[in-house]
Amino acid sequence: MNKTINQKAWYFVIPVFVLVAFNAAIPLMTVVNYSFQETFGNNVFAWEGTRWFKQILLSERFHASLGRQIAFTLIILLIQIPLGIAIALTMPKKGWGVPVCLILMSMPLLIPWNVVGAMWNIFALPDIGFLGHSLNAIGFDYNFTQQPGDAWFTTILMDVWHWTSLVVLLSYAGLNSIQPAYYQAAEIDGASRWATFRYIELPKMKKVLTLAILLRFMDSFMIYTEPFVLTGGGPGNTTAFLSIDLVKMALGQFDLGPAAAMSLIYFFIVLLVCWVFYNLMMKNEAQS
Amino acid sequence: MSLELKKVEKKVGIDTHIHPTSLTLEKNTINVLLGSTLAGKTTLMQIMAGLDKPTSGEIWFNGENVTGMKVQKRNCSMVYQQFINYPNYTVFENIASPLAITGVNTEEIKQRVGKVAELLKLSAMLNKKPDELSGGQQQRTALARALVKDSDLILLDEPLANLDFKLREELREELPKLFEDRDCIVVYATTEPSDALMIGGNTATLLEGKVIQYGKTLEVYNRPENLISAKVFSDPPMNIAEIIKSGDNCKFTDNNVQWKSSIKIKDGAYKIGIRPHNITTYKEGNNSVEINGKVQISELSGSESLIHFTNGNLNWVSLSNGIQQKNVGEDTKLYMNTDEFLYFDQNNKLVNNG
Repeated sequence: MNKTINQKAWYFVIPVFVLVAFNAAIPLMTVVNYSFQETFGNNVFAWEGTRWFKQILLSERFHASLGRQIAFTLIILLIQIPLGIAIALTMPKKGWGVPVCLILMSMPLLIPWNVVGAMWNIFALPDIGFLGHSLNAIGFDYNFTQQPGDAWFTTILMDVWHWTSLVVLLSYAGLNSIQPAYYQAAEIDGASRWATFRYIELPKMKKVLTLAILLRFMDSFMIYTEPFVLTGGGPGNTTAFLSIDLVKMALGQFDLGPAAAMSLIYFFIVLLVCWVFYNLMMKNEAQS
Repeated sequence: MSLELKKVEKKVGIDTHIHPTSLTLEKNTINVLLGSTLAGKTTLMQIMAGLDKPTSGEIWFNGENVTGMKVQKRNCSMVYQQFINYPNYTVFENIASPLAITGVNTEEIKQRVGKVAELLKLSAMLNKKPDELSGGQQQRTALARALVKDSDLILLDEPLANLDFKLREELREELPKLFEDRDCIVVYATTEPSDALMIGGNTATLLEGKVIQYGKTLEVYNRPENLISAKVFSDPPMNIAEIIKSGDNCKFTDNNVQWKSSIKIKDGAYKIGIRPHNITTYKEGNNSVEINGKVQISELSGSESLIHFTNGNLNWVSLSNGIQQKNVGEDTKLYMNTDEFLYFDQNNKLVNNG
């Protein structure tokens, strides 16, 4: 078949180009610009080469916040993925319970991120918050604004509350796509509940779980709003994750060069992990 | 060994899925449950296996009441319409799975799996995963899993429905042989009358949760007890007409088609059932009678020609051998073999029995 030549089609593509240029390419290039130069205001720049990158990569502050970030992401993945699967397994498969559970599960996902932060901030306040006050009343010395451990605990609890639902909903969809005949076959074989989960449910959920892990990794690695509102990165810098630290550096200290270099490094880490993950996923796909 | 259903009934809410059913299946038999979708075949099988409990009634196996006994404690296996295998097990592990769970030793597992795999032509694929196999091979794996166990009861729920035509034919021919020397009761559910005829054994015709008739497959086919059973066991659908008999003379109520019949029944109104292959574009048998028809659809399959035609209120199907080219809208003459007519009385009971 001959291709129809229709150059007018380009007009339909132009808006997308313009949009992408303005919301991704141009801002990104600005950041690149800052990351290699020193700015003196009034559009005066001096070339610095890779100085900012070296400075960031060698700085203890960056190592610390990257470490915190990795720890946070690992912890919430380790909690949310198994917890999400477990909740999905216990959700009803039919009847009036289905819509009730689905709506309850989606609620946290519908709340704006800064509202979640504010909610948990008030909820966890040691003097008036329900959680904070109750914990203190039963004898725990809990104060998330002053004790790093408590701050971490609260931040993780908040993220688990906010995002486990996503894993639940994805797992639930995966579970629902398994034909009942699989369960019957397992039952006839005399397979235990664990074997049914291990050899039927888990392999059948593989695809949605990979997606869930990828989404949760990206979101948690770039988390900003909720901990910013809840702890502001404190006490001290103990909950200053990468993005919080980045904003402090860029807008707090106005170190635009190092901040730009840091955001590029940050961006490449996220990109790299996603790329590796995606390739592993595709490799598995090609095998089966 | 026998499987006995005693007045088994299944209700879900206010719906009755299985009306009280009594059925005895003997050892070493293949039993076909024949009926359209929603006739209750699957429900009945699940009750037989113990995957589902009957609302009332009892199931006896080998003289033992097994009603409500869990499926794990019953020695049975099942094959489904969908190809059900453990997705990340190899074919070998899949076939071995029922044995591994019951703790058979490795040497014996190897030997038994090897034997069944050979029987089902899977020997070359034992190390592959189900995803890498064709639909036919996946279903063979599922069949092998059902066979390896030496079950007392093997349930096959439309095992060929999801296969393409060629594979279906192939596996359908092999199936009866697979069960030949086995000490077990096989139940095979299908919607296709031709499956039942190919497999032989016994057939139960089902409609809307009722077993209409149970007996030797050929007997049920040739001598359906009533019109419903005849309808269930006919594909393309059976042609039915109202007739009046007086003396030797039979005549259609709707038109002037008439013929002589030596059948010994009282004069009066009857219904006749004619299978499509007994209406042909050429004369067959010694006692054929002519009928006019207006061609509605004509389907040629090469070896057979299916012609849908109307005559007054009748909307019938005929099946002739070879290619019989007819144009849509054409008026044509067809011949009915009156020796093969099934006569039913006003209560739809077969009257020319034997």
